[in-house]
Amino acid sequence: MPLQQNTMRMIKAEKIKETVARLCIEANFKLRPDVLKALKSAYRSENNSRAKMILKATIDNADIANREKLAICQDTGLPVVFIEIGQDAHITGGSLNTAVNKGVESGYKKAFLRNSVVNDPLLRGRPGYIPSIIHTEITTGSRIKLTVLPKGFGCENKGQVKMFRPTVDLKKIKEFIVETVRQTGPDACPPFVVGVGIGGTQDYACLLAKKALLRKLKVKSQKSKVKDLECDLLKKINRLNIGPMGLGGKTTALAVNIETYPTHIAGLPVCVNISCHALRSASAIL
Amino acid sequence: MKDFKKLKAGEEILFSGVLYTARDQAHKRLVEAIKSGRKLPIDLKNAIIYYCGPTKTPKGMVIGSCGPTTSSRMDCFTPTLLKAGVKAMIGKGARSREVAGAIKKYKAIYFLAYAGLGALISKYVKSNKLAAYPELGPEAIYRLEVVDLPLIVGIDSRGSSIYKTRHCFVAPSGLLAMTNCRRSIYGS
Repeated sequence: MPLQQNTMRMIKAEKIKETVARLCIEANFKLRPDVLKALKSAYRSENNSRAKMILKATIDNADIANREKLAICQDTGLPVVFIEIGQDAHITGGSLNTAVNKGVESGYKKAFLRNSVVNDPLLRGRPGYIPSIIHTEITTGSRIKLTVLPKGFGCENKGQVKMFRPTVDLKKIKEFIVETVRQTGPDACPPFVVGVGIGGTQDYACLLAKKALLRKLKVKSQKSKVKDLECDLLKKINRLNIGPMGLGGKTTALAVNIETYPTHIAGLPVCVNISCHALRSASAIL
Repeated sequence: MKDFKKLKAGEEILFSGVLYTARDQAHKRLVEAIKSGRKLPIDLKNAIIYYCGPTKTPKGMVIGSCGPTTSSRMDCFTPTLLKAGVKAMIGKGARSREVAGAIKKYKAIYFLAYAGLGALISKYVKSNKLAAYPELGPEAIYRLEVVDLPLIVGIDSRGSSIYKTRHCFVAPSGLLAMTNCRRSIYGS
């Protein structure tokens, strides 16, 4: 027993709370560098004059938010918190979920972010800041990685999931993904980042689709077939001519990120999770 | 207000005047009040409704981040509000056929504000006052005074839309030529 205790790393719940609070503020004020870079590159290559003007305003908005400590978007989202917990880490001084939610609440309050969470989905009621959505995963090692993704609901409302036949033609899967973006249209603040989850179970495909949004936009899948699919889908989506604000142009999506996982012989779940151009997330390792 | 009727879908303007924020829950309440004949907390006659739920106001600022929310969620309430006198709406995204029809019928107008750019839009807001339903928090109705707020006409008073139909988002080519023409409009 004493030997085991020695390999354990103690992490205080208070430290988790403080870190989550800081990450909530950072994610909402400072647009992710890879997203900002993609917007700047789209601004340079876009030749539709109105699309160019809107992209310029979008870059200006990120700049104002960062400089003046204002939320990039008034929809400061439902905070989705991903936690990777090393199996040799031990949390002391309180519960993990309480620490995370207290962190979210204190970060949002401190930074004047929006209270967008209603306590009951049917009865609604007065909005507050919590609870957040927490996804935990046990990994090796003794560290804890925290990632906060404040997900706005203009785009969250547009996601779709479909259970395909295992023998389906890849073409049909591509059509489903492109069609989901086409139906999203101007409502969810294009240019989008399209997160796709393929495989697992229905719920797991949805989790993968959301996790796909965390991958840097320039980083493609390491699986060559998936990478080709990402590139092909991005081209197809950018031919939809939805463009910034849905007013035309070749910048409908900044990236398509796909995550895959093994699945059952009888199925092929595919989930699409759309992010608006204000794709915000921040991470820290304790 | 007269000026609004001359505007065409696709035209860009800078708007100065008074707006009332209202989104999902405020719409639901206003329409319930209209249907049951109760007194309304704000005067809807010639009102301009902005689909917006701002963040909390940081210390020393007029307002926090305050961009538009998705307009289509308000579609089912819009004809009733237009009938009650609302003259203009500001939001983001496409509207239903019924809304376009009601806009034409009541000679109203629908504008697009820069979508997802709440920090930038906050710079055009000069005053911000709670007007109704404080218990709704960010969904309360706030009275905002704005100066030179950039807007694009989404649906004009003839019912023509910048988005051809609900799921076809190509702006009519004739309208693109007008994108560089900016006019200043002052409302009440």
